[in-house]
Amino acid sequence: MTDRHYLSVLVRDRPGVLQRVSGLFSRRGYNIDSVTVGTSELEAHSRLVVAVRGSERELGQIASQLRKLIDVVSVSPLGDTPAVARELMLVRLSVPPASRASVRGLIETFRCAVVDVGPETMMIQAVGDREKNDALLTLLQAYGILEIARTGETAMTR
Amino acid sequence: MEKTERIVTSERIETAETGEELRQRLRRRERISGSEILLRMLLLEGVECVFGYPGGAVLYIYDAMHGNPAFRHLLTRHEQGAVHAADGYARSTGKTGVCLATSGPGATNLVTGIATAHMDSVPLVVITGNVATSLIGTDAFQEADIIGITQPISKHGFFVTKAEDLARTIREAFAIAAAGRPGPVIVDIPKDVSAEIVEFVYPERLDLPPSLLSPVLPDEADVEALAEAIRKAERPLLLAGGGVLQSGAADHLAVLARGAGIPVTTTLMGMGALPAQDPLWLGMPGMHGTYAANQAILQCDLLIAVGARFDDRVTMRLDGFAQRAAIAHIEIDAAEIGKLVQVDYPVSGDARLALSALNRALGLVAPGGDEAVLASVNAEVDRSPGTAVPVRVSDATEAVRVSVGDETGRRSGAASLSASGWLALVFVWKKDFPLRYRDSDDVLKPQYVIEMIARTTGGDAIVTTDVGQHQMWTAQYGRFDRPRTLVTSGGLGTMGFGFPAAIGAQIGNPDRLVVSVNGDGGMQMCAQELAVCAIRQIPVKIVVINNRTLGMIKQWQELVYEGRYSHIDLGGSPDFVLLAEAYGVKGLRATNKREAEAVWAEALATDGPVLIDFVVDKDELVYPMVPQGQRLQDMLLGDPDLYGAMKEENL
Repeated sequence: MTDRHYLSVLVRDRPGVLQRVSGLFSRRGYNIDSVTVGTSELEAHSRLVVAVRGSERELGQIASQLRKLIDVVSVSPLGDTPAVARELMLVRLSVPPASRASVRGLIETFRCAVVDVGPETMMIQAVGDREKNDALLTLLQAYGILEIARTGETAMTR
Repeated sequence: MEKTERIVTSERIETAETGEELRQRLRRRERISGSEILLRMLLLEGVECVFGYPGGAVLYIYDAMHGNPAFRHLLTRHEQGAVHAADGYARSTGKTGVCLATSGPGATNLVTGIATAHMDSVPLVVITGNVATSLIGTDAFQEADIIGITQPISKHGFFVTKAEDLARTIREAFAIAAAGRPGPVIVDIPKDVSAEIVEFVYPERLDLPPSLLSPVLPDEADVEALAEAIRKAERPLLLAGGGVLQSGAADHLAVLARGAGIPVTTTLMGMGALPAQDPLWLGMPGMHGTYAANQAILQCDLLIAVGARFDDRVTMRLDGFAQRAAIAHIEIDAAEIGKLVQVDYPVSGDARLALSALNRALGLVAPGGDEAVLASVNAEVDRSPGTAVPVRVSDATEAVRVSVGDETGRRSGAASLSASGWLALVFVWKKDFPLRYRDSDDVLKPQYVIEMIARTTGGDAIVTTDVGQHQMWTAQYGRFDRPRTLVTSGGLGTMGFGFPAAIGAQIGNPDRLVVSVNGDGGMQMCAQELAVCAIRQIPVKIVVINNRTLGMIKQWQELVYEGRYSHIDLGGSPDFVLLAEAYGVKGLRATNKREAEAVWAEALATDGPVLIDFVVDKDELVYPMVPQGQRLQDMLLGDPDLYGAMKEENL
């Protein structure tokens, strides 16, 4: 996980603002791991958290390019080890009733939750940093993963 | 013959009402249509002329123009002509250019022009119509998502959803287009919004971040660090780009160059930043740059780039660019600093403010008080080698090699040339390796035509170019003594730009001579605008450097693709004189020097537009040339006999 950075980007809620931000990343060839978007503490403003790979110099370039967008209010690099970075992940597993107990054991270890159970399937919700969720997925491989949905990390300094 | 129709709206209005009365009338609070709001706001922004083309989605806007004498609109023959004309107007005047087109194909025909303006940081407000809001997203007739299409090639874009937002949006579009590093802003107006009747209230407040609109002030410590670097530098060089012209910093640049004795190379976009007559001016750097400019980049120990962005046509291979120099970069766009070249002395700010602060830090006099400094520089030039002290280039280059010491280290600290020794060296390069071509009395050389234009206009004309060989020859052999006298598509390299841009430049500068230099290829990409020149009697002198080929492509196919000429032959059609005459523009032709001088004199003496077909040598190449993918040091000078003979003359 070398050279992983987070940028917290406050934008005005205007038509096309997400398109402009994502277009900038693809156009300039920046390596983006994830982008999360949601409302912010300010009315009519959203906050994006961008997880990006690259050198300090590239990070500076991305921040400078983002600041040029008219609807971008502020860009704050959170450093490569932000205090808190979290991702929500949903996983649907193929689990015959006989295996449910062992899955539950795993879930308790990882402190995640079972949010739905079907005759042959279970849906698990995990919240954690990317590495923790990656590790959980590795262990869940044994049970037959049917579907994965991940939000990408959002982050904040302590 | 009727002179150019007067363009300036305020003059017309003054007969009926003063400018202030007009402003009061335009700002009056009343219920009017979105279209009328648009026209009022454009007039209140000081727009002198809108370049446009009507269509279904802008019918209400054109209807509002009907019988509105205050509003001036120029009907081009293609939307691409309109956007390039607005661009030429903006580049030559420094004001924001405005164009207008309908939805769908009208809007997409603007795309090349928007990208052209974006790459060269030209302030434009581009207004497009769109289908009614109820039809948006339904693939309606002539619907196109122009805001989405232009998102990567514009500074910003607005989709206006209701007429009450229109006035503020127009003010914001103008503010954004001109603020900081300028660029094109698109305002897309659905048809029902242009029809809607609402209460017009002049927007006093803009909903934009204040930082966007305030001048970009350089950091004092950065300026002082650069000043100290200049004091210590032994071989400093200024690289001036378009930002110097954009910010009106040319006078400050001259004070710095002359006061500190720093030679200057100007990029294609920076031509006119220092007068071509100034002894410190080395010409253009890069792929088709002069020997002196490129050599100075290779040998300097401090390269000060001002309002330039290290384009690959300037730097060529980066590992061969200014390797012995510390790099300083004065730049208004923070994202440009360190984008391509590692910068040792960054100064983030407006070029005019930064250079004026730098001059203060260096104790250099303000513009107007620098005669003494200039005199001392000129005295140095008089003493320079070639006249009293003949120094050969080989000797001089050897001197630098010795002084720099080790090849790898930056500014190794070895004893080196004094500052005046550096200037002397640069002047040797200028003198021994000027731009030169083999002239002929039989066939007309394109360089001769450009030199003739420069000689007869004295650097006073506004010259627009298209893209290709003629563009490089114009940059090399033209004469640009003032900012905004060369209008050319540098970044995007847009063929078809030059001629419509000249129309816009003439509209913005009705009393100046405007010369449009084109190749025979590019001339055919917007030739339809000859109609506008003829009907409106826009007196542009349209030069065609006609070599019957796509010359620059031919040059690459000759040098890089071993002479495998592929699809470059444009010979046989059209007859440009007849083409001009068909549109009602006077046409002239020259095939040798004598004819060229005669028809050019006739063209200059003609009041209206003239097209001059200069039939030139088909095989002439642009030299010097650094082939793509190579370093500046790998520059080819062309015909070796030419320079061999010259060197002997100088010995």
